[in-house]
Amino acid sequence: MNLRGIWAVFRKEFRENLRDRRTLLSALVFGPVLGPMLVAGVVQFSISHSEEQYDENITIAVIHGERAPNLLAYLNARGVDSTPVDLDEAGARRAVADQTHKVILDIPEDFGARLQEGQPAPVILYSDRSRNFDRQSVERVRSLVGQYGLEIAQLRYLARGIDPISVLPLSVQEVDVSTPSSRSVLVLNMMTYLVILSMLFGGLYLAIDATAGERERGSLEMLLTSPVPREHLIYGKILAAAAYMAISLMLTVAVFSVSMSFVGLERLGITANLGPRAAAKLIACCSPLILFGASYLSIVSGFAKSYREAQTYLGLVITLPTMPLLFAGLLGLQAKLPLMLVPFLSQHLLMTTVVRAEPIEPALMVVSVASTLVYGGLLMWLAGRLYRREGLLG
Amino acid sequence: MLEARGLCKSFGNVVAVRGVSFCARDGQITGLLGPNGAGKSTTLRMLYTVLKPDEGDALIDGRSAIADPLGARRSIGVLSHGAGIYNHLTARENITYFGELHGLSRADRDARAAELIELLEMQPFADRLAKGFSQGQKLKTALARALVHRPKNVLLDEPTNGLDVMAVRGLRKLLVQLRDAGHCVLFSSHVMQEVEQLCDEVVVIANGQVVAAGTLADIRAHGGDRLEDAFVALMEPAPASDSPRGGAKT
Repeated sequence: MNLRGIWAVFRKEFRENLRDRRTLLSALVFGPVLGPMLVAGVVQFSISHSEEQYDENITIAVIHGERAPNLLAYLNARGVDSTPVDLDEAGARRAVADQTHKVILDIPEDFGARLQEGQPAPVILYSDRSRNFDRQSVERVRSLVGQYGLEIAQLRYLARGIDPISVLPLSVQEVDVSTPSSRSVLVLNMMTYLVILSMLFGGLYLAIDATAGERERGSLEMLLTSPVPREHLIYGKILAAAAYMAISLMLTVAVFSVSMSFVGLERLGITANLGPRAAAKLIACCSPLILFGASYLSIVSGFAKSYREAQTYLGLVITLPTMPLLFAGLLGLQAKLPLMLVPFLSQHLLMTTVVRAEPIEPALMVVSVASTLVYGGLLMWLAGRLYRREGLLG
Repeated sequence: MLEARGLCKSFGNVVAVRGVSFCARDGQITGLLGPNGAGKSTTLRMLYTVLKPDEGDALIDGRSAIADPLGARRSIGVLSHGAGIYNHLTARENITYFGELHGLSRADRDARAAELIELLEMQPFADRLAKGFSQGQKLKTALARALVHRPKNVLLDEPTNGLDVMAVRGLRKLLVQLRDAGHCVLFSSHVMQEVEQLCDEVVVIANGQVVAAGTLADIRAHGGDRLEDAFVALMEPAPASDSPRGGAKT
């Protein structure tokens, strides 16, 4: 091993990129600062939004409100104001679809008559269920209308001499076993994803510059005439990209740790485990990925003919290994031994465990670290093989 | 000393070099003359160990470029075609980086960089970032980088391309200095005047083969009393297949 050669390449790439605004911005600003700010912003916003929805009066549109004055008074007493609108069915659908109104309550003509006859009286509620944001208002109106109906039913039973309690055979009591910390995972799942992505971005531009960029500038050929084995040249470059990734990772976790303490997570009933000790654990879980990521990006950009081409490839390729993370969220995967063999996924699951404030089984940690390092080493070796090819010069 | 022994190289179906042999001696400037696409660059690239010949061998001071490429690289200094430098490093850092790659100690490479900066008159821009360097400044930086490890043999691929008169004169002066110091200098060119003014020996390549080799007088003997006439006469029997004869590369 020509360690001096590897060290020389590493130092030069590190220093050169320290002077490159693009590398610096992506390693030190975009991922580490913007990512956490984004998450903090989203969390803060959803907290204030949900508090608002429960505290504040909402206003719904009502068609033919004059047909059900008592219902409207009932709603009004419980914080739901109404504005009268005059729309037909198609008009109501359109108004909800284009978000002129979030919720429209339509009282059909026979409402009063059927209510008096003791038949089910129809009430039409227009809403757009695909809009997550309005779901709470819709649920609130729906349950209030339901309660109103229930109260009428109880009055009817009483009028017929039946104890209203006897027609409620079941009483469902919901028990939510999620702990505050495990609930936080739902909110902070996005965070581990961003930590990994931000880490990769930290080394992205260096990886491109050191491979495709060097070829495009025409300095690669001169570099290859130096008495350093070709694979050692790329090892030095990979290690330099890894150094930037490490810096990016540490900064990102640190900024997350600080910024989340300013967000009122406890108001959402969430306590995130993001103190200095947890931050150190997050970095420890994620750092074995650095070698993997740096080699991976260097290999892909090594195939590109130009800087631009490499940028295009990497834009796609960088999201590829993070795909399993999205599925992990959807499937609710837990940290288990076989999953520790999957790079990116294992780090994600371990970091999630840390955020939940649950203990990490040493065996899981060992398998995750060892397997990811082995893959990273293999990729690095592969990058070395690629650099031995003549086709490298293009 | 550089020696090409029956070098052959193909890229896919295209035969670039077919059996090139010649010798470039120490204390001489040897010119590799030929039209565009004749195989000059490919021949040089095999000599400076970036390409592996399909057949034949390149010997650098008697050391095989195939068997011992790392050893061969220690005694060659290369200025490749359109050699790029690192924009975010200063000229001096560009030079010392290559010194480091060649295993020079810090003190040694710093001293050597200072020496080359003086020799090539690079003082005004030596400690500026290379971004925005003129063509001439870039060439000087690349040259100094190629010479940092005091290579016995110096190979240059079309070094005067895109340079103004002053820069070309500076380069010429340097090549003569290197020759007088006993180095073996080999450069490729398609510019007659350049070859005529500088070279002790000329190797004419066309269509991937050596069509003539020897002193300037030997080459001129092939026709006319100007090198250009001789060159054209040499091209007649074996015209370069894919390019106009002696056409200027831009």
